Amino acid sequence: MSWIENRFEEGVIVTSLDWAINWGRSNSLWPVTFGLACCAIEMMALGASRFDLDRFGAGAFRPTPRQADLMIVAGTVTYKMASRVRRLFNQMGEPKFVIAMGACTVGGGPYFKHGYHVVKGVDLVVPVDVYVPGCPPRPEALLEGIMRLQDRIRHTSRARDPRAAAARAAQLA
Amino acid sequence: MTFEQIASLLRERFAGAVEEVVPQATRPYVTVAAERWPEVARFLRDEPRLKLNFLRCVSSLDLLAEDSLAAVYDLATVPDAEAEEVLSCPHTFAVRVVTDRAAAHIPSVAGVWPAADWHEREAFDLMGIVFDGHPDLRRILCPEDWVGHPLRKDYEFPVEYHGIPGTTEHELNSPRH
Repeated sequence: MSWIENRFEEGVIVTSLDWAINWGRSNSLWPVTFGLACCAIEMMALGASRFDLDRFGAGAFRPTPRQADLMIVAGTVTYKMASRVRRLFNQMGEPKFVIAMGACTVGGGPYFKHGYHVVKGVDLVVPVDVYVPGCPPRPEALLEGIMRLQDRIRHTSRARDPRAAAARAAQLA
Repeated sequence: MTFEQIASLLRERFAGAVEEVVPQATRPYVTVAAERWPEVARFLRDEPRLKLNFLRCVSSLDLLAEDSLAAVYDLATVPDAEAEEVLSCPHTFAVRVVTDRAAAHIPSVAGVWPAADWHEREAFDLMGIVFDGHPDLRRILCPEDWVGHPLRKDYEFPVEYHGIPGTTEHELNSPRH
C-alpha cells in the first residue's frame, strides 16, 4: 500500500463510503419527542441518567419531526391518533426509522379483542423496523431495540441489492 | 341528612316525580322522571337543608334487558367555608334518570351544575343519550365521524376506520395474530 501511505495527515480516517455513512447514521439517531401512553414513561426513563440513552447517540429528542430520523411509537395508538402518527411519520425526512414499543403498538396488546378504539398494531399505519414487546418494556428492552436498529442500519448498503434487482426484473418480465 | 330523609323530602315536595327509591343498593339512589329532572335538580342544589352543590359524576347505564338507558347523577355537598351555619354532616345522594333506549332524551342539567357539561357530553358520546338543552353537545372522546356509541351493549366494533382494519377484519385476513 505504498501509494496511500504517508499521503494524508494524521487523524484523517480512510474508509469505505458505506461504512462511514452507516457509522454516522447509526450513532446519531435522533428520536422525535413523541409519547402516547405509559410506555412513554419508560422511554423517558431511558433518556434520563440511569439508563442514559445518550451513550448510543440516540438521546437527542427533537421537538419537530423535521429534525428527527427515528420515531419511537411509545404507547397505545387509537384510531383517532393514527392519522396524527401517520402525519408525523410523513413529515420526517429520509432516512427514517420506526420502533414499535410495547404490546399495544406491536399488535393491539390488551385492547386487541375488546378495545373498539385501538389500532391493532401500529404497523397498520406506518412501516415498523423494530418491535419491542412488553407491557411496558423495561428501558433496557427499548435500549436493546435501539441497538438492533443500529445493527440494521450498519448492514444497509448504498449499492443495489443484486437479489432485490433480480426479483424486480422477474416481476416485470 | 340521611338518604331516607332526603328521599322522603323529595317525595313530599315532588309528588309523582320520584318513581322509585332504592335504599338497599350498594349506592342508594332514587329514580326521577326525566321530564321533571331539572326542577328536582335545582331543588337539590338550592334547598338550604340539602345544598347538594357538587356534581361528582354522571354515569350512564345500558339496561338492555329493560330496553332503556339511564344516567346516574352522583351528588355531594361541599361546605361553604364562609357559611355561618356548618352542616351537621356532608350529604351525598344519587339520582337515576331512566329513558327509552330507541329515543334516549334526558333534559340537561349543565345549567344547574356546570360540571355536568363535559360529563353529559361523555354520556352522549359513549352511550348515545341526547341531553336536551345542553349548550354544546358534541362527541368528547371519539372522533367526530365515529359511528355508533361504543359503550352500548349491542355496539358492533368497526370493521375498518379510515382504511385501518379493525379486529373483525384483521382476525379473518391476518394469520399473524
